[in-house]
Amino acid sequence: MVVGNVRRAHTVMSARLALLSAGAVVMILPFAYMLSTSFKPNALVLSIPPQFLPHHATTSNYTQAWSSNQFGHYFVNSLWVAVVTTVAAVLLSAMMAYALARFRFPGRTVAFGLILVGLMVPGLMMLIPQFLLAKKLLLLNSLWGLVVFYTGGNLALNTFLLRSFFQDIPWELEEAMVVDGGGPWTRFWRLILPLSRPALAVVAIFTFLASWDEFTWALTIINDPSKYTLPIGIALFQGQHSTSWGLVFAASAIAIGPVIAIFAVFQRQFVSGIATGAVKA
Amino acid sequence: MRPSRLTASSNSGTTSDPLGRSATALRPRFRSTSVRRRKEITAAYLFLAPGFFLFALVILYPIVRAFQISLFNWSIVPGTASHFLGLHNYSRAIHDPIFWRALENTGFYMAVTVPGQIVLGLATAVLLDAHVPGRGLFRTIYYLPVVTSWVVVSLLFQYLFITDGGLANWILHDNLHLVGHNIDWLGTRWMAMISLGILGIWKGVGWAMVIFLAALQGVPVELKEAAAVDGAKAWARFRAVSLPAIRPVIAFVTVMLVIGSFNVFISVFLMTKGGPLDETQVLLTYMYRWAFSYLDFGYGSALSFILTLIVFVLALAQLRLFRRPAEARS
Repeated sequence: MVVGNVRRAHTVMSARLALLSAGAVVMILPFAYMLSTSFKPNALVLSIPPQFLPHHATTSNYTQAWSSNQFGHYFVNSLWVAVVTTVAAVLLSAMMAYALARFRFPGRTVAFGLILVGLMVPGLMMLIPQFLLAKKLLLLNSLWGLVVFYTGGNLALNTFLLRSFFQDIPWELEEAMVVDGGGPWTRFWRLILPLSRPALAVVAIFTFLASWDEFTWALTIINDPSKYTLPIGIALFQGQHSTSWGLVFAASAIAIGPVIAIFAVFQRQFVSGIATGAVKA
Repeated sequence: MRPSRLTASSNSGTTSDPLGRSATALRPRFRSTSVRRRKEITAAYLFLAPGFFLFALVILYPIVRAFQISLFNWSIVPGTASHFLGLHNYSRAIHDPIFWRALENTGFYMAVTVPGQIVLGLATAVLLDAHVPGRGLFRTIYYLPVVTSWVVVSLLFQYLFITDGGLANWILHDNLHLVGHNIDWLGTRWMAMISLGILGIWKGVGWAMVIFLAALQGVPVELKEAAAVDGAKAWARFRAVSLPAIRPVIAFVTVMLVIGSFNVFISVFLMTKGGPLDETQVLLTYMYRWAFSYLDFGYGSALSFILTLIVFVLALAQLRLFRRPAEARS
């Protein structure tokens, strides 16, 4: 009986592993093939049978992708936009979340309700009015136009996540600072923010990735090639060299490298951030 | 919440604070609390104002404005007047066969990707909800497509789905001999929609999995074990114990995925461009075409607004659908 159970458990575990591995292959294969293609000379990108380990591996796609179309410039643009957006969006949403989590004031319910509306509305439905607004504010064709709208666009989700985190910080800790004469700003800066580092890391990562990857808004408002960001630059490779897949994927690999590095380092925060957001909601 | 006990006590006499209802229990003990209360309210507004102003400017105002623009024959040339059309742009949509096709395609995309992501995400989460060796690694691998940009994965799948020389056809045709000829993945309407759906599922499974896994780990072990002692088989056990316990999370994931599926844009825009001959347009690519190729902002806004209405109605309907049985049980 016991032996049978052990054997059965063993079978079940093997089946589990087999299924999970099959799934993992499906998930990883496209990436592996993409990397492989980025090292292929153009003549071999559509060869049958496909070469998973290119016979004549070359790094020329990378050097060419980096030097053509000011790709290095796009990288710097993306980095600048993503960093400024992340700093602004995290600070502003933390302040909003603090107000909503710790204070009672007229209009609080309405403000929170409007933030929930902002979470629900499909992001691209506002594209046309946002375009007209950016035009009026002279933000078309400028990286600031990306920063302002990316920051505003990330506030709802960040505020929602941070608010629920702040609510879980024991009020007694703040009360002690009130007794010592600490004003709201001191409490926020010296107590709430340092205690919320994990949550701040989560929203910072989300914001950074969202702005790093954003395509549609940048496509819509940026015309000047010197102001392109990476997603635009990559899509451009498709348009210009529709058959130069090696080039497309060398550029893609350069763009997703930092993303995967960030993900690998902050994996745990990532997963907990998504899960708490969902399970609490 | 808690600061109210300290700060809202002097507020009992005023009606301006909609949240001050419970404060009557605590009569002001100190004169200074009133001053402090006022200071706290001011502080709250100062904390809220900068972010909320930006949020209102770039999100809330455009939502209202989208509806307003949709009522006009919007002129983008400065100095020329826009003509008020009433609901004309909406009736135009109703009589536009490509709008209906785009709606159908979007609905198809939803019908494929939402169940696909939920079933596969849940299955993966169940498989991982045990002491599996290499669990962290599996989770990372499944989550990888979620963090990769839509632009990159769209181009990648376009490459994999190339008819002659693409990896998908090589595996299915040359390798497994499952199909007799190379499939034209992106060249015809329904095959293209299926290809887009496959990409959508592949990209989103990891997201659903992570959330389901967190929810499953929240199901008390004693419950699962109790069912096991009863001799319940694994499937029955799952249905009787785990599934009801994570029902709210399934509801949440479903709602989010439905909203997400109506937002499909980049993959269609890059992989088929809505073609051939508008066969694979979805609502947002069609909206984008009218707005930024034909510069008809009025009609584009009407299409956006229809999309928003559909998403809201679907979200509300689902929340109600998911709520009812749970309430009946309790």
